[in-house]
This record gives sequence, C-alpha cells and structure tokens, in this order.
Amino acid sequence: MASFKPTKIQVYPKLGEKVTQDTLYWKNYKAPVQIKEFGAITSIDFSPVAPHNFAVTAFTRIHIYGPFSQEPVKTLTRFKDTAYCGRFRSDGQLLVAGCEDSVVRLFDVSGKAALRMFRGHTKAVHVTDFTSDRYQILTGSDDYTCRLWDIPNATELNSYREHTDYVRCGVTSKLNRDLFITGSYDHTLKLFDARADKSVMTMDHGQPVESLLLYPSEGLLVSAGGRHVKVWDLLKGGQPLVSMKNHHKTVTCLCLSSNGQRLLSASLDRHVKVYNTTNYKVVHNFDYAASILSLALAPNDESIVAGMTNSILSIKHRKSPEESAEVSGQQRRTPSYRVFVKGKNYAPKQDDYLVSKPVKQHLAKYDKQLRTFNVSNSLDTALATWTRLRKPEITVAVIKELDRRGTLKNALAGRDEQWLARLLNFLIGNLVDPRFAAVLAPAAEMILDVYRRVVGQSPLVDRQLLRLQELLEREIDYQQDLLEVLGMLDTLFASSLPRLEVDLS
Amino acid sequence: MVEHGDIRVVHRGGSKINSREPVVTNDSRFLLCASGERVKVFSTSTEECVHDLRGHTDLVTGVLLRPTNHLQVYSCSVDGTVRLWDFTDGILIKVQTCSWLMFDIVCMCVCAELFQLVAVHLPQSGDQLVEAQELSAVLSNVSSNPAATGFGRGVRAPPLRSPNAPPGAITYPKTDKDNKKGGKNTLMCIACHPKDDCIATGHEDGKIRLWRNFNHKKEYTYTTLHWHHNAVSSLRFTPEGTNLLSGGLESVLVQWRYNQESERDFLPRLGSAITHIAVSPDGTLFCTSHSDNKITIIQSCVKVSAVIQGLVNGESVRTDLMVDPRSKSLVLNGKPGHLQFYSLQRDKLLYNLDIVQQEYIHELGLQQFEVVKVAFDAPGNWMATVEERKPKAAEPEINLKLWAFDEQTQSFVLNTTVSAPHEAQITSMCFSQAADGQTSMLVSASEDGHFKAWQLPRSAYEGPSWSCDFVGDYRGLAPQCCCFSADGSLLAVSFQEVVTVWSPASWELLTTLSQPPKAIRDLCFGRLGCSKYLMGTTASNLLCCWNLLTCSLEWSTSMDVSLLLSDPLTENMAAFCCQAESTDLFVFKPSEPRPVASLKAVCSGKVTRAVFAPREEMLESCEESSQWLNRSQLYFLTQHMLLQSPAHVLPSTSVLCSMFVESLLVSVADGRSVVHEHLVHVFLNNSHSDHLCLTLNVSQQNTHRL
Repeated sequence: MASFKPTKIQVYPKLGEKVTQDTLYWKNYKAPVQIKEFGAITSIDFSPVAPHNFAVTAFTRIHIYGPFSQEPVKTLTRFKDTAYCGRFRSDGQLLVAGCEDSVVRLFDVSGKAALRMFRGHTKAVHVTDFTSDRYQILTGSDDYTCRLWDIPNATELNSYREHTDYVRCGVTSKLNRDLFITGSYDHTLKLFDARADKSVMTMDHGQPVESLLLYPSEGLLVSAGGRHVKVWDLLKGGQPLVSMKNHHKTVTCLCLSSNGQRLLSASLDRHVKVYNTTNYKVVHNFDYAASILSLALAPNDESIVAGMTNSILSIKHRKSPEESAEVSGQQRRTPSYRVFVKGKNYAPKQDDYLVSKPVKQHLAKYDKQLRTFNVSNSLDTALATWTRLRKPEITVAVIKELDRRGTLKNALAGRDEQWLARLLNFLIGNLVDPRFAAVLAPAAEMILDVYRRVVGQSPLVDRQLLRLQELLEREIDYQQDLLEVLGMLDTLFASSLPRLEVDLS
Repeated sequence: MVEHGDIRVVHRGGSKINSREPVVTNDSRFLLCASGERVKVFSTSTEECVHDLRGHTDLVTGVLLRPTNHLQVYSCSVDGTVRLWDFTDGILIKVQTCSWLMFDIVCMCVCAELFQLVAVHLPQSGDQLVEAQELSAVLSNVSSNPAATGFGRGVRAPPLRSPNAPPGAITYPKTDKDNKKGGKNTLMCIACHPKDDCIATGHEDGKIRLWRNFNHKKEYTYTTLHWHHNAVSSLRFTPEGTNLLSGGLESVLVQWRYNQESERDFLPRLGSAITHIAVSPDGTLFCTSHSDNKITIIQSCVKVSAVIQGLVNGESVRTDLMVDPRSKSLVLNGKPGHLQFYSLQRDKLLYNLDIVQQEYIHELGLQQFEVVKVAFDAPGNWMATVEERKPKAAEPEINLKLWAFDEQTQSFVLNTTVSAPHEAQITSMCFSQAADGQTSMLVSASEDGHFKAWQLPRSAYEGPSWSCDFVGDYRGLAPQCCCFSADGSLLAVSFQEVVTVWSPASWELLTTLSQPPKAIRDLCFGRLGCSKYLMGTTASNLLCCWNLLTCSLEWSTSMDVSLLLSDPLTENMAAFCCQAESTDLFVFKPSEPRPVASLKAVCSGKVTRAVFAPREEMLESCEESSQWLNRSQLYFLTQHMLLQSPAHVLPSTSVLCSMFVESLLVSVADGRSVVHEHLVHVFLNNSHSDHLCLTLNVSQQNTHRL
C-alpha cells in the first residue's frame, strides 16, 4: 500500500548568504598553496616591478618567492636574530629589513650579503621602509624612536623621539619624499615631515596600533589596532572618518585591493574581512586555519598571500577565465551512459511485457527507526554528534515528529546522566533560536517533568539545568526589552501618521 | 404527480459503502456491497461499478449470496423486505416482505432498543412478491454490532431454534461475564472456524481469544493472541480454516496461522481503520472495508490489487465545499490530511491529494493535522490550503500551502509552504478574481486580528514562491470573513459588526459599512450586473445589501440565513434559512429583494455547506422559476452528510418519485452513538435450507416509521 512518508525537515532560509559580485570575485581563487616556513610569518611584501616576486619574513630568514613558484627563488639568511619587515624599494632592486638585534640591513635582491648595515637603534627594529626618493630609509624600533637613514653613506639623518611606546608600524608617502607616518603602542599615529624636527600631526587611535595603510591618493589613512580599524582624513587635519569593529580579536594587517575599491583586514581571529571603501561595510569574509599576522595582495589581485602564526604561508591564485568556466562545465557533467542513458529512449514494442521495477525508497536512519516505532532509538540517532551540531534542524524535526506522535515523553524518559547532559547541551544551544523555540520549549518542559524527581543527584545535569534557567531568564529580559522598543516605535509611527479628518456630521 | 419542470431535491450520492461487510462472489469477479438504499456490484479487477441494484426504499442492512445458487444474492433492508437479485444482470427476482414481523416484535418487547436474532423461513414460491410467514426467535438481547454475531460449522435449522444451546451464536454480555478479567475486554467481534470447534473473539483491549471445545459445556479452553493495541474490529477465518485475519484501528491486516499463532503476517498502511474483513469463497481475495468509506481488495495478503473509494465523510467537513475550476469536481477534506477530488457527474472519487505529507499515526486521542481551508483561483492554476493541528496545552500549528497546477502530471504540485502564517486560527481565505489572470493574490483572515495578503512576486529573480504582501488590521478586532469583488478591485473584510472595504492596489481603507448590533456572519459580492452590491448576513438574523457606489444600505430583510453563497456564473445568490427543523432555500438577485425562486423545506436539519457547480452544458429552460439552474447546479450537504442538489429536469416521474424518497434517507454513522442505525441485520446460515436469521431492533423510531 502507501509507502512510509519520511519526516519532513523544515528548510530555513539562509540569511545574509546572498551571492553578490563581491562573493563571486573573491571566491574565484584556486585552492590555496600552503608552504611551511621556519616561524611565524610577520611580513609579506610584493615587489612593485614585474614579475612581482614577494618577500616573506619569517623567523631569521627572508624568502623571496616568484609569482608561481612554490620554492623560494632567493633566500636571505644573514640575520643574527628574528628578522622583521622585509620591504622592496620601488624599483624592486633593493630590500630592507629590521632585526631583533637592532641592526637594519639593506640587501641587493640579486646578492646574498647585506650591502649596508644601519646601526644606531638600541632595540629590535620592527618597521622599515624606503622613502619615495629611493635614497632614504625610515625605521621604527622598540626603543620608542623612529629614524631616517641615508642609503649611500649609511648615516643617520634624523631621529624622532616622540612616541612613548614601541613603534610597530609605519608608512612613507609615495608622493612626497619628506612625509611619513608611524603608529605606536602608545595608541597614537604621528605624521612627520622630514623638513621639520617634530611631528606635524597626531591622531589617537585608542588602542596599540598594529598596522597602517595610506590610500594611493594619500588623502585617507587607515589604521588598525586592537579590534578596531579606523579611517582618518589627513586633509582635514587627521579627523576620524570611520571606525569599524568587525573582528573579535586584534587586527594585525591591512591591505588594499588593486583598484582601491576594497579594503582587506586580517586578524588574529583567523578571518580576513573585505570592506567596501565607499560605505565601509563588510562585503566578504575569508577564513584561515590559524591567526593571521600578515597579508598581501599581488598587483591586479592575482594572488592573496597570508602568513599565519603557525608558520604556514597560504598563497591563493586567481583562477584564469578558462578555469572558472571549467568548473561550471564540471557541474554539468552528463550522466554516465551505462547508468542513466542506456535504454532510456527504448520504446516498447506491441507485444512486449513491461516489468515495472519498484523504486526503492531511501530512508534516513531515524526514519527507519520511526517506521518501526523505535522512538528512543530514533531520538538517539537524531542526537548523534554530527547531526546535533551541523544539522540541528534534523534533530528538531525528529523531536517535533515524536511530539506529534505523542511518544516524545517515552523517548525522553529512562535515560542516563551522559545522555541527558547531551540533550540539555543541545537545548542550551538551540532553545532560544526563534526557528526552533516552538518545538524545543515544550520538549524542555517535558524533560523537566520527567526528570523532576532526580534533580540534585547529578552535578553535571544540575549545572546544565542552571545554565538553561539563566539562558531563559536572559531571553525573557531580551524579549521584554524588545517589546518596550516595539511600543516606543508604535508611538512614534502613530504620531507620524497623517491624521484622518473625521466628518462628524 | 410531479409536473415537468418542478424543482426537487435529489440525493446525488456520497453513500457509505463501508457500513456492512462486502461480499465477494464465488468466482471472485464481483464484489457486492450495501450502499445506502442500493446494492452496488463492483468488478474486483477494474474497480468499476458494474450494476446498481435499486429497489429498496430504505437503508440496506445486509447482503448475502444465495447458498443454492451462487449467481443470486439476498439483500435486506430497514424497509422490511428481503430481496433476491440476479447480480450478473442486475435484475430483481423476488421480494419477500417481512414488515409484519417487526410489528409482532414491537408488541412483545417494550424496551426501546433491543435486538433479537430470529430465523425466517423463506417460502419457495414462484411469485415475485412473497410474504414470509415462519419466524422463530433464536436469541434476544444480542449486540447491535453485526460483527458480534457469527455462525459456526454444522449449524442446522433445528439446533438454531433451541433456545437453550445456541451453538454458534454468542451474545456479548454473556461472554463478558464468562471471563471475569475486568478491564476493557468488551467483546467486539467474533468468527467461527469453518471446520474445527473453535471460536475466535476480538476484544476492546486488542486481544484475540481462541475458544476451543465450545460446544461441550464447561470444558472449553482458550488461548489469547495479542498484537493489536486498540480494539479488534473485525475477525475472519479463511475458508479452509488455515489462517485467521484480524484488523482494527491500526489499519494493519494481520494474518495469524491457525495452530501456529506465533507466526504472523502483516499488511501495513492500508490507509485507515479496518471495519470489516471479507474473504472470497475460494480464499484468493481478501476485502477490507475501511472507516474512510473505502474497500480494499487484497490478493492473498500480499498485494493490494484494487481500491474502491467512495466519498469520504470524516467526522466533519472542515473545508467548505469547493469546485475545482479545471476538473469541475467537488473538493473537500477527506481522509486525514488529504483533500478529495470527487466527480459529481460520475459519483466517483477522482483522486486524493496528500496535503499534510506526513505519516499518519493510527492512535486514538492523538491530535492530527487536518485540512481546514481550501481555496482555488478563478482559472484553477493555484490552490491554497490551510492545515491545522491543535496540540493539547500548546500553540496551534498552522501551515499555509500553495499548490500550482502542473499541466504535465495534471495535478497540483506544492509550491510554497508558509509555516505559522498567522498566530491564531484562520477564519477565512479567498483568492482575488483578478481579470488579467496574470497576478493572483490570496487573502487570509485570522483570529489574531490581522488579515494578510499573499502574492507571487512579479520578478522572476526572487523565485516563484509566494510571499506576504500586506498585513492589515482594523481597531484590533478579529476579522471573520473576506471576499473579493468580481473584478478584484475591492476587498471586503468583516471585523465583527463592521465591514471594511479595501483597495488591493494601494491597500487603502476605502470605506466602512456596518449594520449593528451583531457580528457579520457571511459576506458576498454580487457578480456581473450586480457587482456594485455587497451582501452580508449578520448574527442578528439580518440579510443586508449595500450599494458600494453610494456606500449605503440598499435594502435589508430579517431572516435567519445560515448560509449565503453566490453563483459564479450568474447574478444569482442562494440563501439557506433555517426555520424550525427544516431549511428553506431562497434564490435572489442582489438588485431586487424579491426572490427569483424559493423552495420551502428542502431538507430537514440545517444546511451547513453548499456550492454552485457549473453545468457541463447549459440548459435551455425558459420557465422563470427554474432559470437559475440553467448554468449551474446547487449542491448542498446536510448534517447527515448527504450530498443533495435541486434539479428540475429528470427522465421520468417514477424515477423522480423514488429519488425524492431517497433524499429523505438518513445515513449510517459509524459507532453506537446514533439511535436509528443498524436497524435490521440479516444473516443467512450456511445450511442449504432457505432460512434467514435476522437481528431486529425494536425502537421507538421504528414504530414511528411504521
């Protein structure tokens, strides 16, 4: 007769998972190439000239990778201690790097030994950069100073002692050879002019500053520190423009997409967020396996390179147009001839006897158990770890089905401490979810009814019951607040409506 | 005599076919079952109704093959006759009137409800109309349930007459006292083994007891078989006695091996509770009748080979009667969670549509999903259904589903499910009758004080599913009825005594109309030339007609209208007025208060549901009183669940007269609650003499009838 009708799993709409141009753009990368380095990767810098090699600073080495190589094309190892901040000059010929031993070294990209050594800092140098005239070097150090050096004769030109904590980030202007900005752990950003002896502008970020970024137009400055990313308008005297708080751990690195339309921020919370630079809303999000310390984008966004604390360098290359077309072609793969096509177009002849093959109904395990009225077992199946965590809607649907059959109480009763703890854990995670509350609230009441007599016998269960109670109390408070807000809004809307003229006659 | 053109109410079908056990003929080709006042002959292979044996003037209560001639069948009826038919040709052979019998027994018994088992000797004679004279009481005080009486092997006429030792018949009060187990072991049904001295009894607690050596006093033994968790409603041995079949509420046919009772075979998911089981004389076919007016034919407990389905009359018709615009079939809720599409022309169920799509659990007292509302849009492309489940001490669960008609499969396919569309029960739902036919709109009104408009998004980008377009309310009152005007430009929603008129284009409240003091019960827009009128009935027995151009009351009259509906093809409206136990029907046009036609006392009791169904071809009647039936027919459902329709053109006067009598019939409801059911039940013993055994009920109603 009629076959068993499987339990209906409610499909809930996925909110906020819309496919936008940004998702399409940022998802159009190949699977990442992962390279193990010797230590945490603190800095990645792309060479400004083709073929756009990039320098990866990790532990005591700087590796220079070609755009498509997975082996370093060059290794700079002449460091006594941890190296920091390997930066290319704008012609791609020279590379400067700081070091834990306070010496700043300048390398020729084609050579091995350091061309120049700049000694003068007393502590580790975390910031190095070339000025736009290509003859000077900016450095910032943990001895609270930042200095300008002359490359040809390796002398210190000037020293600025305005910061009151470590200087951990800095950028030089690409348009003006005298301007540079440093950020420090004393929460300030300072804009210096090499023609003057002191800073010309100071901005307070509020947290220790980890990273700085200048827009190509150099009117806007982006700073990252703590969980905040802030944008400052330099042309208005360092007025704060936007403050974004989208990460839940310290933001470590900032970079800009090649067209300047998207800003990327990487954080210790293992996420990279992509912002739209017109409204500063998050438009996309990448996940990585570990906390990210450094991030760089190749020119034209050809690849995204991220360095992580677990010393893994992840390189994602953009798919070529053929490859992205190939993927959609793969999805439309035709079924194999043997399985699907064979005999499909065969028309039966007049005397042929048709043997109908019954279509086998595939049932999930919980449905098989429900069919044989094994209610407790079906609840066990629905509460299996993977289902419970990844597909709570299945668990909820089975609970609802048991409730409909009037056997939920039987299925819940007679369980041991471990099982009950698992179920309570599930309830704590999902009870206040508006999608599931209607089903789980009666189930929670039923559990309390069934196990009322044994409350107090198991510390594990009691703790979870208390958590459940707290959760519910908090939820009730939220609901009350929401109702209050709703009431306020109703009043506002009612007063804003045009009053209808009532004709009393 | 009835004049040609006079309007009569005709019973149009929907009789129960599951009231009595079906009978399979010896060659297993035909199935006979009692259906109202007829006996229907179905083919077991094609499910078609081959013959309709008409002649009884009241409810048929028993059908039995004639043992001496297997091509003939006896039927007995409440009208006091036993008729003999040739079912292959559909001819009435003989009528035996037994009406004097009843009178006799009425004289003897004073008690209001009493059933007796009597044997009737059917005299052999050549006449067509014979009076049966010989009657002997076998047992008094038997159960009214025919399943609780059975006949065993070797039962002859003489021992049957002896009052002290009823060999094959057990009356349930005795058995109940025999095994003093207490509890719910009330006897429900009984079956006798065809060869052994063994009787099987089914009990209310789900147990089956096999009694052996029953003929020897005080030496009987019994064994208990237990699988059913609810009452066993039917038991039957196969003709060879090798198997015992049992069925009950679980809708599972259980086959027990005789003498190896631990071995059982099951045929699950037969749809609904089994009420009777019948086995063909050669043992190849089993027939089960079900509580949803269905007979299933099973080939030796393996495969369901055919299903004969009648109009399902559940506990109540929750949905209104609807007409599917495409198939012109009647749509109402049928078996739990399903909608049935019932052809009015052929009196046959077309198909059942599964609305709830959930496994039905057969258990007493379980709250199930029920289809409570259904609506179609004008071209029949969309159907909206509302299903509802009210768990004890919890919020009701409501789902709104929208179904699109699929041309390829010629049935409705689920398009959108809206869970919890409203917070409380949905009181009314209607589609807009938009003229352009492109965009449909659905409005649902609920007791939570809101009405919602649902619309298919115009852009294909958002997907072809429905979404909420507007939520309206009026002073926090609960809306009762909603109705679209003929062109879809106006929506009328009633909030207690106020009718609000909205413009669906801008969702602006255009005007309010009210006729205090009581709440509006029904709302209806006029059609065609009368589309400027809005009709409404109030709980204070007023029928009002508002003119929407002037926004004023055009006319009103005081009448207790229980149901108001409009004909979609003409300007006419029909109002059923309940007055003193009977219902009057008025047909009128909204433009004038004078009725076009009025029928007094169309039926007894209150008319709860009615519908105008369009005719397949228009009639050319020129008489003024019957012109309103030219384009459509009016069908209505009374409280006794009979489908009736006023008709005026009928083949001949004689047929018309008999049909009119038919419409007075009351239905057989299941259970033991209704007094006037199971009036007479007839059995024939399996000896080769023409004796009939009758169970007679002596009730007050019977005397009235006589």
